[in-house]
Amino acid sequence: MVSVAKTTSAPLRPFGAPPQLRRGGNAAILTAALLWAGAAAAASPEAPAGALSCSGCHPAGKGVDTPVLSLAGRAPADLAAAMRDFRNGARAPTVMGRIAKGFTDPEIDALAAWFGAQKD
Amino acid sequence: MTSRRRFLASTAAAAAAAVLAPHVASAQAAAARVVVVGGGFAGTTCARTLRKLDPALSVTLVEANADFVACPFSNEVIAGLRDLKQQQFGYTTLARDGVTLAHSSATAVDPGGRTVTLENGTRLSFDRLVLAPGIDLRWDGLPGYTQDAAERMPHAWKAGAQTLLLRRQLEAMDDGGVVVMSAPANPFRCPPGPYERASLIAYYLKTKKPKSKLILLDAKDAFSKQRLFQSAWAALYPGLLEWVGLSAGGKVTSVEPSSLTFITDFARHKAAVANVIPPQKAARIAELAGVADRTGWCPVDPSTFESTLQSGIHVIGDAAIMGAMPKSAFAANAQAKACAAAVVARLAGQGVAEPRLINTCYSLVAPDYGISVAGVYRPTNGQLADIAGAGGVSPLDADAAFRAQEALYAQGWFKTITAEVFG
Repeated sequence: MVSVAKTTSAPLRPFGAPPQLRRGGNAAILTAALLWAGAAAAASPEAPAGALSCSGCHPAGKGVDTPVLSLAGRAPADLAAAMRDFRNGARAPTVMGRIAKGFTDPEIDALAAWFGAQKD
Repeated sequence: MTSRRRFLASTAAAAAAAVLAPHVASAQAAAARVVVVGGGFAGTTCARTLRKLDPALSVTLVEANADFVACPFSNEVIAGLRDLKQQQFGYTTLARDGVTLAHSSATAVDPGGRTVTLENGTRLSFDRLVLAPGIDLRWDGLPGYTQDAAERMPHAWKAGAQTLLLRRQLEAMDDGGVVVMSAPANPFRCPPGPYERASLIAYYLKTKKPKSKLILLDAKDAFSKQRLFQSAWAALYPGLLEWVGLSAGGKVTSVEPSSLTFITDFARHKAAVANVIPPQKAARIAELAGVADRTGWCPVDPSTFESTLQSGIHVIGDAAIMGAMPKSAFAANAQAKACAAAVVARLAGQGVAEPRLINTCYSLVAPDYGISVAGVYRPTNGQLADIAGAGGVSPLDADAAFRAQEALYAQGWFKTITAEVFG
């Protein structure tokens, strides 16, 4: 039964299986397993492109007196819609329009999912 | 992929993990050592992020000063709009993240032997070294401008005592005095900084000493947010702030500290208060480590920030050559987080994902008048390059509410970034 295999592998895959593991041969599987163990030990989901820069303005923690919103724990659909609105000018930005233009749709979705999964 | 192949793949992976686990475990037992030199926006961010990404790492931050004094917003201190205490931050929170603080300065680096020697005699071994030493002023870069001269003609380009010295000189100046500033050729720390400073000093003069004047002598014809600054100056400080670019004879060739005089090829400008922003280079430890090139700055790989001159040594912040990214606190903080991720990946033998970096720099032209420049960057042909179509400056035709909003965002940015780095 397929679910057995899934259950067996689940603890090893907290952040999704590396693509090599899904399509690679034996050598790739060995390499991927080694790299993957390292990633799991670091307990750090891979941040999508650009994500680490955002906390320069958007506070990562509570208690900062700023008009700029924290992104952690917000609904990914809302975050992605806001980024797209900034990018196409539907929402009046100061600086965010200029920044949003540096990201593609898939990149925006990845950022939104990542911030949505952060603890509020 | 069929379910059978998926099953086989996952079984093989589990077996591989089991076989390889002892090696992984022993590598972790001998915790990898990362030394970070420099406790500014870049170094402090990097040290803390390293520990957050991998709590097993041994991370030591080398910083000689007991407190950090932030440069962003120090122009407000000079103009009497802000207290220097609001610029000061301690390092006590580093211990909470498990970062070891070495209160000393780095005096030597042995890239081959992978050690850093500190002024207090300690020798630290590293598996990876991150240099975030900031800038040194080039005391050989402007004839007449020595460290002694800086006591009469402050640079105030490293925040602290110099910031207060310039403020006191402005406060002591008679109404009707001429303030003269000089700005260097590129590259230098905080490209819009000289123009924000000129703006805020002009604001001080306009409100406190309206018969006075400010002349900004510049070694270049183009500068950051130029049209925004010049349009704001025309509106807010007409006749009070005069900018003299390179082609109009603005390049200062020497200074005379005894008479507070700036000398160009065309004129002598005697000042009541003189602010010299001199040429700069990466701080000395970069040169000693062999990571600075003939320009005085440090070339790095744009994905890992590893030096292209010495393997195992990464350089971030103002000391590094970052292509299109400016030397700013925002950029330093963004680079530091990407560098920490790259260091952790490298130590684990992994590849490094291509980073995407953002920069945003706010400048205040007056307390309620903010302007910004932003950029989004990715590695392109070995350099960090602007992503076409993204980034740019605030609109030229924005209204007062927009400028006030950006001034508010500037204040918010400073609180947010200092909370992340030092809070």
